[in-house]
Amino acid sequence: MSKIHVTTTVNGDETEFLCDPRETLLDVLRDRLNLTGAKEGCGTGDCGACSVTIDGRLVCSCLVLGAEAEGKEIATVEGIAEGDTLHPLQRKFIEHAALQCGICTPGILVAAKSLLEKNPNPTETEVRYWLAGNLCRCTGYDKIIRAVMDAATEMREAS
Amino acid sequence: MNYHSPASFAEASALAENADGVTRFLAGGTDVLVQLRADIVTPDTLIDIKKIDGVSDITQNDDGSWTLGVAVTGAEMTEHASLSRDWPGVVEAMDLVGSTQVQGRATLTGNLCNGSPAADSVPAMVAAGVTVTVTGADGSREVAVGDIPTGPGRTSLAKGELVSAVNIPARGDNAGDAYLRFIPRTEMDIAVVGVAVSLRLDGDTVTEARVSLGAVAPTVLLVQECADAIIGSTLDDAALDALAAAASAACNPITDKRGTVEFRTDVAGVLAKRAAKIAYARAKGETVKGDHA
Ligand SMILES: Cc1cc2nc3c(=O)[nH]c(=O)nc-3n(C[C@H](O)[C@H](O)[C@H](O)COP(=O)(O)OP(=O)(O)OC[C@H]3O[C@@H](n4cnc5c(N)ncnc54)[C@H](O)[C@@H]3O)c2cc1C
Ligand code: FES
Ligand code: FES
Repeated sequence: MSKIHVTTTVNGDETEFLCDPRETLLDVLRDRLNLTGAKEGCGTGDCGACSVTIDGRLVCSCLVLGAEAEGKEIATVEGIAEGDTLHPLQRKFIEHAALQCGICTPGILVAAKSLLEKNPNPTETEVRYWLAGNLCRCTGYDKIIRAVMDAATEMREAS
Repeated sequence: MNYHSPASFAEASALAENADGVTRFLAGGTDVLVQLRADIVTPDTLIDIKKIDGVSDITQNDDGSWTLGVAVTGAEMTEHASLSRDWPGVVEAMDLVGSTQVQGRATLTGNLCNGSPAADSVPAMVAAGVTVTVTGADGSREVAVGDIPTGPGRTSLAKGELVSAVNIPARGDNAGDAYLRFIPRTEMDIAVVGVAVSLRLDGDTVTEARVSLGAVAPTVLLVQECADAIIGSTLDDAALDALAAAASAACNPITDKRGTVEFRTDVAGVLAKRAAKIAYARAKGETVKGDHA
């Protein structure tokens, strides 16, 4: 089976890869580009551990084919910190201990960042609905929601 | 599996016409990739329609009607203020599909053509009188949304045919629509019952109505008896009770882990009343939030 040649941008860097037509963007990120931040929890769109943005739009990378990345801008959790400086969301997740095993964390960070770009001042209900597609088996969500609300406050004050 | 991304609907249709084995079109992929992944359906030919010109456009035509490209996502619909003002029921029904992540990809056309009897946007489109443009080797035809599904997972589209546009009628004055579904959770689940109502008023009196039910039969239902129960009324209690009775009577559901036949039949009536009240208030010019805050 012939492979597809794809040119795309990942976290600002132009990247090329060859992939099988059946390969998902998640497989490509993890196995071909060595970006293992996005996780596979379910592979069927239910858990959100594989969340990335494509052209600024939050999606499950397990439900996107690698071939569909052609000409797009992909952003993953690896692009959230600036060098050694953590993003406010990342700092607040540590501060609030909003993770235990950490499998869900990359997806939740990407999803929460995408929410705060769209809505810098969300209500708790809005945060909970926005993150309804990001499952966490460890924390019980409360600390996650607090960390996101706190990061939102800090980011509003800083801007 | 061969992956194609044609530049036109004619090309997409020709690819499908000449393909052997199983063909799927790829819109948002939120059904296609799940089925691929679970080895339920492994297409031999996958035709990505998102590179075709105009497929992400939302256009209001001069007569007030709307044309939506077949790759327009749920998120793009929700963000469109005037479409949401005209057809809040259709927009909310699509918005109920999946999570934020799923909303970034899922389309009306995919929801329709996947053929699930529980597809949320389909009753809302049927109540709204939405049609789709179907393009094949011999050109294009316009088909009512209700005539596309023929059974669970099956559609009336012939080999080589695909949907090339979604056409939503002009809303016109004194009119409103609404869609409500019952799920055992508040988010991320499949409809046990879905009810859509679209109606128009003259003063306080309902003059036109279309009521559609989802997840209570092998295909979506457009129930004339429900419309008849409220046309000519001011949506008083007697009319609402008649509406609920007609909705329950139209149900032909199955029992599964989400709900029994009796439960689905009863809930269809309850939701029909509630959806009708919301549609009525909207027709009166009130802003009413739907199910999804
Ligand atoms: C986590 C999750 C939650 C979900 N929750 C819901 C829910 O609450 N309610 C609900 O109704 N659905 C739900 N779904 C199912 C799915 O998201 C919807 O059915 C969605 O609208 C499908 O649209 P799509 O663009 O992704 O379709 P795709 O997967 O791209 O396509 C679906 C089908 O439509 C066909 N198709 C696509 N475009 C065309 C075209 N132009 N012409 C002809 N055929 C075409 C394809 O061949 C395929 O058979 C959920 C899915 C996931 C993964
Ligand atoms: S791995 Fe993509 S949603 Fe679970
Ligand atoms: S921290 Fe373990 S799944 Fe969320």
